[in-house]
Amino acid sequence: MSSLSPPVKKLWWNEPIHKSELMWISLVFVWGLIMTFMMPYWHVVGKQNLGTETYKTTPKAFQASAEAFVEQYTVRNEGPRNYPVVAPPAGGDVYMIARLWDWWPILELKKGESYRFHLSSLDWQHGFSLQPANINIQVLPNYEHVFTLTPNASGEYSVICNEYCGIGHHLMIGKILVVD
Amino acid sequence: MTNHIFRTCPDTGLKFHDSAEKLMKANAVAAVVFLLVGGFYGLLVGLTRWQAVHLLPADDFYMVLTAHGINVLIFWMIFFEIAILYFCSSVLLKCRLATPRWAWLGFALMLIGAIANNVVVLQGSSSVMMTSYVPLEAHPMFYLSLILFAVGALIGCFVFFGTLVIAKAEKTYEGSVPLVTFGAITAAVIAVFTIVSGAIILLPTFLWSVGLVGEIDTLAYRLIWWAFGHSSQQINVAAHVSVWYAITAVVFGARPLSEKVSRTAFLMYILFLQLASVHHLLADPGVSSNFKMFNTSYAMYLAVMASMVHGLTVPGSIEAAQRARGHTAGLFTWLRKAPWGNPTFSGMFISLVGFGFLGGITGVVMGAEQINVLVHNTLYVPGHFHATVVLGSTLAFMALTYWLVPVLFRRELVLKGLARWQPYLFGLGMSGVALFLMGAGTLGVPRRHWDIGFAGTGGITHEFPAAAYTMLALNGMSVILAVIGGAAFCVIIVGTLLFGKKLGDEKMAQPCIVAPVTDEEYNANGGSAFAIPGTLVLAMVFFVSFALYYFINWKYLAETWGIA
Repeated sequence: MSSLSPPVKKLWWNEPIHKSELMWISLVFVWGLIMTFMMPYWHVVGKQNLGTETYKTTPKAFQASAEAFVEQYTVRNEGPRNYPVVAPPAGGDVYMIARLWDWWPILELKKGESYRFHLSSLDWQHGFSLQPANINIQVLPNYEHVFTLTPNASGEYSVICNEYCGIGHHLMIGKILVVD
Repeated sequence: MTNHIFRTCPDTGLKFHDSAEKLMKANAVAAVVFLLVGGFYGLLVGLTRWQAVHLLPADDFYMVLTAHGINVLIFWMIFFEIAILYFCSSVLLKCRLATPRWAWLGFALMLIGAIANNVVVLQGSSSVMMTSYVPLEAHPMFYLSLILFAVGALIGCFVFFGTLVIAKAEKTYEGSVPLVTFGAITAAVIAVFTIVSGAIILLPTFLWSVGLVGEIDTLAYRLIWWAFGHSSQQINVAAHVSVWYAITAVVFGARPLSEKVSRTAFLMYILFLQLASVHHLLADPGVSSNFKMFNTSYAMYLAVMASMVHGLTVPGSIEAAQRARGHTAGLFTWLRKAPWGNPTFSGMFISLVGFGFLGGITGVVMGAEQINVLVHNTLYVPGHFHATVVLGSTLAFMALTYWLVPVLFRRELVLKGLARWQPYLFGLGMSGVALFLMGAGTLGVPRRHWDIGFAGTGGITHEFPAAAYTMLALNGMSVILAVIGGAAFCVIIVGTLLFGKKLGDEKMAQPCIVAPVTDEEYNANGGSAFAIPGTLVLAMVFFVSFALYYFINWKYLAETWGIA
């Protein structure tokens, strides 16, 4: 009689459990509780809890909001695509458009200040991947995701796309500049 | 019962119903063919990611990546699992297979679906990845072929359930079903949930692709698609854990330490595992934190607990059986004296260790709500699931195949010397793939990305650290190693089917199944028949690695930007 045959003892559910198994089950259960506790705990003490504030939108409406934002706070144009560099006030709203195949506009943020990001796609699904900070967020069309980011170091950051979005996926790249 | 032809295997004593046997052969052969096809695509993917080689142009890369995922994650796995279901019902319960004609219909639908899917993907108009996230659109045949395949697989599941009913009615076994059959039942129940979820999302998507439905909501698509996409991997887990137990029985004559514990752990897969599919949406908008935490902790950690229980009881039952057979000295004599040259055992054990250490730990860590932001859609994700699905499930299925093919086809295995080494070759290669992909992902390298050098963007680039390029090169080399291992498997199996020495009714030179360990043997060790000190030490090593890696990632998270 092995694992390939019916149980040796017909009333197998009445058989006692060996203590080595019991010990392991208890340990694993407690570990599960610890891991369960860690997530709400991090919501209280941790500084990395992705906000889930979301609004239904349309590509047209989101594009209009983003364009108004860019118009108001553009400080210069630069880069190979001559994109606007937008420097919003600290603590303010920030818009970034994901579309085939770029991120628009370029943002200039201050280190240590918080910004309310508004993120949406004008077409397919995209993946906001901020490098080298390694923050990765799914971007969906028709959903405007609002969350706060607080840069903790100055420098030039790249936004690349890590959700496959067709043949130009690997060309999709944008910039966020963080200044002191 | 007169119309049903049975044969008794001279080596194993197992009873094979003629129809079940033919269906198992057909499904297993189809599985290996799609493994071969999908594995070849995997080679092309790995060699393209290796930036210095960069084999394929972008459009071919995305096309081949789509085909690679679907062939190995769905077709190879499900064909093989249907064979396992028929084995666990008809053969283990010594029962005729229910409605063989329906089973053949199911097989035909699966085969047509799988071939049609390959054709439509290779035509280039459906490079949408396995996930086919809307509004990215594939050819209608892409969705239709997957639906056909799913219907076929669903029929297979119901043939399995029907066979259980017949076995019960005709009293072909006494008491409860064997543990391995019980595990297969959980796999089949999860399969039904999976396939129904797939139908709920793929049917409207198909209608949308032909213009009959206006719009598919992207978030709803992701939620329901993952109820299908992730659950399909839970079928694999339930199936390969059953295979682990089956191999402990075949190689060691082992029984579970406790039927109650092992069965409860299987049951927990049904109750909790596929609910946790929401961990694919941890970086999504529109899903609340409470919803995310609930689904990754309550629902997931109980399933994790189930896997960790199996992780103890599978090697534990080997240890108990080995100790009962006299390998009692020290902590690890039982393990040292295991048949490491038998690919059925070595494959199973590498699968167990790889699935736990590389696949299990990383899966739980990245399934924590906040940590997920560090890894979502990076190469870490494919790294993780190459450890679970390839190193875990695929290698376990290969290990079983080495045992099953001679029994089923009555032919002696060819190239036995190569077979001895194959699990090590494949296991080493695939461990490398998993580790180096995860390493690259930790450095932020995106998944499903043709060129992390960003040539062609008109001068806007990002410089990944040199280590990322090294990781991708090492991944490419590991892919080559794994593909050699995978090809060796296919050559051995196909070679055996074509050229293996026919066994007929002769017994094999070496017995291919070990007699079950008896109560007397277990009790010869005194009261501690199921004491497993060696396994406990290994389990504690696992636990400490798990806890360390878990907290390291929280520390890593604390170092990035503030996110709220």
